[in-house]
Amino acid sequence: MSTHSSRLAARMMVAPSVVLLLIWMIVPLAMTLYYSFRLYRLLSPDRTGWVGFNNYLWFFNSPDFWLALFNTLALVGGVLVITVVLGILIALLIDQPVKGQGFLRILVIAPFFVMPPVAASIWENLFMHPQNGLFSAIARGFGAQPILFLEQYPMLSVIGIVSWEWLPFATLILLTALQSLSSEQLEAAEMDGASAFARFRYIILPHMTRAITVVILIQTIFLLGIFGEIFTTTQGGPGSASTTLPYMIFKQAIAAKDIGRAAAGGIIAVILANIVAYFLMRGLGRNLEN
Amino acid sequence: MARALSHRRMWITTAAAWAVALLIFFPVLWMILTSFKTEPSAVAMPPQFLSADWTLENYAEVWARSDYPRFFWNSVVIAVGSTLLGLVIAIPAAWAMAFVPGRKTKDLLMWMLSTKMMPAVAVMIPLYLIFQRLGLMDTRIGLVLVLMLMNLPIIVWMLYTYFKEIPGEILEAARMDGANLWNEIAHVLTPMALPGIASTMLLNIILAWNEAFWTIVLTTTRAAPLSAFIASFSAPQGLFYAKLSAASAMAILPILILGWFSQKQLVRGLTFGAVK
Amino acid sequence: MGKIQLTKVRKAFGEVDVIPGIDLTIEDGEFVVFVGPSGCGKSTLLRLIAGLEDTTSGTIEIDGKDATNLPPAKRGLAMVFQSYALYPHMTVRKNIAFPLKMAGMDQAEQDRRVERAAKVLNLSNYLDRRPGQLSGGQRQRVAIGRAIVREPAAFLFDEPLSNLDAALRVGMRQEISELHQSLKTTMIYVTHDQVEAMTMADKIVVLNAGRIEQVGAPLELYNYPRNLFVAGFIGSPKMNFIEGAEAAKHDAHTIGVRPEHIAVGDGPWEGVVGLSEHLGSDSFLKVAVEGIGTLTVRAPGEVNAHHGDRIRLAPAGKIHRFNTNGMAL
Repeated sequence: MSTHSSRLAARMMVAPSVVLLLIWMIVPLAMTLYYSFRLYRLLSPDRTGWVGFNNYLWFFNSPDFWLALFNTLALVGGVLVITVVLGILIALLIDQPVKGQGFLRILVIAPFFVMPPVAASIWENLFMHPQNGLFSAIARGFGAQPILFLEQYPMLSVIGIVSWEWLPFATLILLTALQSLSSEQLEAAEMDGASAFARFRYIILPHMTRAITVVILIQTIFLLGIFGEIFTTTQGGPGSASTTLPYMIFKQAIAAKDIGRAAAGGIIAVILANIVAYFLMRGLGRNLEN
Repeated sequence: MARALSHRRMWITTAAAWAVALLIFFPVLWMILTSFKTEPSAVAMPPQFLSADWTLENYAEVWARSDYPRFFWNSVVIAVGSTLLGLVIAIPAAWAMAFVPGRKTKDLLMWMLSTKMMPAVAVMIPLYLIFQRLGLMDTRIGLVLVLMLMNLPIIVWMLYTYFKEIPGEILEAARMDGANLWNEIAHVLTPMALPGIASTMLLNIILAWNEAFWTIVLTTTRAAPLSAFIASFSAPQGLFYAKLSAASAMAILPILILGWFSQKQLVRGLTFGAVK
Repeated sequence: MGKIQLTKVRKAFGEVDVIPGIDLTIEDGEFVVFVGPSGCGKSTLLRLIAGLEDTTSGTIEIDGKDATNLPPAKRGLAMVFQSYALYPHMTVRKNIAFPLKMAGMDQAEQDRRVERAAKVLNLSNYLDRRPGQLSGGQRQRVAIGRAIVREPAAFLFDEPLSNLDAALRVGMRQEISELHQSLKTTMIYVTHDQVEAMTMADKIVVLNAGRIEQVGAPLELYNYPRNLFVAGFIGSPKMNFIEGAEAAKHDAHTIGVRPEHIAVGDGPWEGVVGLSEHLGSDSFLKVAVEGIGTLTVRAPGEVNAHHGDRIRLAPAGKIHRFNTNGMAL
């Protein structure tokens, strides 16, 4: 529904965004790709050369890699499940006629404003610390040994912290969707004899499909790159227990100063992100159609 | 009978909702409380609530020992600058996608979004090298550019969903009324989409403010924003809880207050315009 | 001033020919109505004239000048949209003045023209309100006001009354007709409502599947429909079509009798009343006639037939005859 001139104008209007994003994507990616086939160690800068797929093979042969891959997916999957399920429950709760709903929302939204290093340090020091943390105080209050969160359950702890950061996002989107559901629909279902669970299952949940899709899509985009929280708390440890793919790449680049390997890891991470994106778009794209 | 019951139910749900909300908010609250305690009181076991020694000393000390205003100003410039620049580039693109859609529009949008899936760490080294080569290292303009590019797909997507709610007939009317493209966008589309643009702006300012990878990797001192301030503070200070908490509070309070005051627009923005 | 000439105008969206090729002349000062069922291409044709869509081929001339490739703003036409398309963030005054501002007219002249248009349209008291504070009829007037201040070569209306309730619609219909009488500017009006077409038009263009079925004055179309489509579309209730032996008696494949051209009383047709609607002034009857089918009859209000009654009917007016291709004989 348009004319040649408006279509031409449209192309020129989209062009800056597309060109900028293309450069932003392709230039660093091409450089990363180049380095990934090179021997390039900052500690021995004289020895350089082509090494074929060696950098990649190093990753595939490293047991840490598979753990990191698993950790990355566990982090994304774990946070998604926790935030979506809790988000739905909290949204259902807040959507009830409760006193002071506006202020409640202010409280619930707060974690979203906390930058990752601060969030991680609050949890690490004020809560999970084995001596001074609030959790250890609670454990001692019950006469139990404090749990060593970051040592014994590093990945679960990181998942917990990240879930706390993203819970407001999920809750508020789901709440918005919930509030747009007409009460007449629910009343009609009630007249039709649907129980509370049936109303949730057949009316409320389908209504929220689109919102859940948005939550999964946006969160996945941000979760795949989670870095700061691990850097601040566990540093990927103990050992490699909480090392994700981004963190493993970071270790190769900064600790081992092996740019070639880090670059190969980067390419692998990009491929992984593309695979995830592909399945995400295929599985969820339909829900976004208007 | 029924009324009394529902009245009771309302109090129960109210209590439950408040309990959950306080639980979610508690870490922030605890951090703020700790920031007003003396160091011994902050690590006292069992934890002190009302019996703590209250003090403003931590804030005074953090203020004295670091150049907070510079970090703060860098954060403002980078967050607001990257958002405004992003809007200038994204508004025309979103206009085109919303009002002159083609078969490829949806794919283009998804492609833009997918550029965000690229882990920052993966391109850290190339970007570091490019920044060094171009002399952008530790400059605010460099960070404005990077954060703008990072958030551009989100800005385009949000604006696209808001613009699509505006009936195309109004823009056609403007065209019939003799408006050229600039007038159409400046006098009709932008004022009409102002609430959506405001939401987009807010959300992206927050995302940029809280960005804590590039802001740390690509800065040292001159352009370092509050994310770098907090990172530098937690490392050497070790376990000075109260001061760490005070510094944390100073890093997040500006955005927390902004977010609370503009909660309504923000919630709209948070849904990325995709949920009505 | 406002003569519009379409020559072999064709519009295709991808593979689909929405308008396969139209020739049409609209004379200066004429009130022309494009009418047809939804999806017949009438709105597309209007948008082609407006310049909001490109023609695939053919030419559009306005005032003898080729306007086929001109952008909308350069064609000197004004349009009133179905949704009114008012600018919600501007006051009524600014809405009406917008095209003048875009034309770079000086402020005093803008004010003068806006005041004059507001007076004509009874909007003088509402100039500082926003569209959201106005009723449907007032919004419609603002949209018209925005169109007339430019003093365009022609007005284009795209189903402008379809969002109004029935009573307002009659009022606005008359206002637009009066406006046309006082301005004497060419108007092209798109509607799916044949009553609007009949009451307002100097010339009706009946469209179907992107083709012009017939062009003519309202009564010409009513009295001499060129084919079955026009016969069925113009007139309410719809014309009765009878095929088979009854049609053969008139030497035709199909005959058409309008409901108002059937008399109740004595006659050759006998049937049972199915549905009867008594409006007071008229009575609409659906009568199942043996050997013919169901006929709709518009009888005078005093005819008192009810469900189940047996009555006799007679044609009492023109009988339209059509051949196997549906063309009038």
